[in-house]
Amino acid sequence: MKLLLDKAHIEGIRYYDTWVKNGGYESVAKALKMTPEEIVEEVKKSGLRGRGGAGFPTGLKWSFLAKPEGVPRHLVCNADESEPGTFKDRYLMEFLPHLFIEGMIISSFALGSNVSYIYIRGEYAWIPDILEQAIAEAKANGWLGKNIKGSGFDCEIYVQRGGGAYICGEETALIESLEGKRGNPRIKPPFPAVQGVWMRPTVVNNVETIATVGPIISMGGEAYGNLGVGNSKGTKLMSACGNLNKPGVYEIDFDLSVEEFIYSDEYCGGIPNGKRLKACIPGGSSVPIVPANLLLKNVKGETRLMNYESLADGGLATGTMLGSGGFIVLDEDQCVVRHTMTLARFYNHESCGQCSPCREGTGWMYKILKNIEYGKGKKEDIDLLWDIQRRIEGNTICPLGDAAAWPVAAAIRHFRDEFEWHIDHPEEAQTRNFGLAHYADPLLIQN
Amino acid sequence: MIQFSQEKLDKVAEIIARYPEGKQKSALIPLLHLAQEEFGGWLDVPVMDYVASLLAINPIEVYEVATFYTMFNMKPVGKYVLEVCRTGPCMLCGSDQIIEHIKQKLGIKEGETTADGLFTLKPAECLGACGYAPMMQLGKFYKEHLTIEKVDVLLDELRAAATA
Repeated sequence: MKLLLDKAHIEGIRYYDTWVKNGGYESVAKALKMTPEEIVEEVKKSGLRGRGGAGFPTGLKWSFLAKPEGVPRHLVCNADESEPGTFKDRYLMEFLPHLFIEGMIISSFALGSNVSYIYIRGEYAWIPDILEQAIAEAKANGWLGKNIKGSGFDCEIYVQRGGGAYICGEETALIESLEGKRGNPRIKPPFPAVQGVWMRPTVVNNVETIATVGPIISMGGEAYGNLGVGNSKGTKLMSACGNLNKPGVYEIDFDLSVEEFIYSDEYCGGIPNGKRLKACIPGGSSVPIVPANLLLKNVKGETRLMNYESLADGGLATGTMLGSGGFIVLDEDQCVVRHTMTLARFYNHESCGQCSPCREGTGWMYKILKNIEYGKGKKEDIDLLWDIQRRIEGNTICPLGDAAAWPVAAAIRHFRDEFEWHIDHPEEAQTRNFGLAHYADPLLIQN
Repeated sequence: MIQFSQEKLDKVAEIIARYPEGKQKSALIPLLHLAQEEFGGWLDVPVMDYVASLLAINPIEVYEVATFYTMFNMKPVGKYVLEVCRTGPCMLCGSDQIIEHIKQKLGIKEGETTADGLFTLKPAECLGACGYAPMMQLGKFYKEHLTIEKVDVLLDELRAAATA
């Protein structure tokens, strides 16, 4: 079922007139006739979970917002999409800006935010123009500004570009950056819901989360909550990349199997040149990489589905996570050591430097992985990497530490023999990749 | 003297007005983007001091922010900055070969600028275009689905545009 991308194919849907001809802003009109409390209740009933990666229930997050008398509150949209493998929010903003702005208006109304901000990663430099045009069109038609459609509710939305820092996707770092500071995460508590931007109560939500609010209001929270499997409600945008015939952004139902997502023509269309699947990171680079045999089925031999619970089945040992929906596929020719090295370099580059385990540890991990990749690895390096990642995890202010530790841990857990082969065959490793080795091909076993 | 045009100063005022009274420092990152565009593609100390004066904050508050964010260049760059993504998903799709080709073709290393001042190669970490890899950022826009041939055409076009 398509709730977000159902109109994406319509020519000119980016513009207000076309959007309205196709049912646009009906959800906002409906919401403005409700009370803010009723909207929060609908979002709670929907079971919507934050789509940025952590999966925290959105309605619950909204209900934490403090409402002290006389203190303004703010909605801040996290459009700092920077998790490697993730590019779904960009798609929404670029092609369906009015869906997103509808969600911003309804959410601002529900939370009592008269001035809301969209914090977008600086590199998406052309997208603020698209959003600002959509905002101007909405305003010209009375959906923003003073006393919106006679509701008595005033609202302005502003777009702010970041400066190129992954850490600003962490909500307290984003708030610091919005205040014109370095993106150093804050120690919680106080939580943003109590003291956020300018020490005012603040809700920070992901773009996809906010874009889903309009459809929830249109169809009703209960109807939305009836879609999906278990605690994975509604639909989810996946951004698929790596070695795939049809990489791109797809809206999926939560009962879709991983195998169908990768191989069916409706979705990713399989792996180019008939190559076999080696491994996958299904939820953005921070979540554990799993080899093909643990991706399509869990250890109990059950088919894995594209939802929060099924992908996480088996925990860190044999499972992974849905995360942000950044689905990265590695074919049989890819080198897990080199891939892990690029991720370690990424986290090292993006560490804000505030906590020493992350600041130092990410650099050490990158250096060691670089040595292994370039034929200078030592046998004891693998255990050293394991030791470093273990000491970073859980010992930092924000989750960037965990995000840097998990990919290294999972790569060693599942591909230790590939690391050992690199170390034992430093010259050969420069000329060819390890390949699939002993990893069973689940598709071959099936047939 | 470092001074925005009147048009840019109006833009500065408009940006500052987005934030509550007394919270004008929030406009810092947007203003640094404006300043970098206006004053030669990088942020020299006098430029940062000028931004500090516009926001009535201390210069150090600007320096500490400008040096934190990757998009702000702390030294001169070429007319065209080729920011080629090299993180995991782009690497899987051949970004290493794209970077190597640019290095060979332009005779520069990562982070360097060609002698004619036209090109800077600045390898980048994930730019959120993973499904359209390999890719690079060139100014305001992305160049996606890169191949060696496309890079060659692009470099020729840019060189022609610069000398036209």
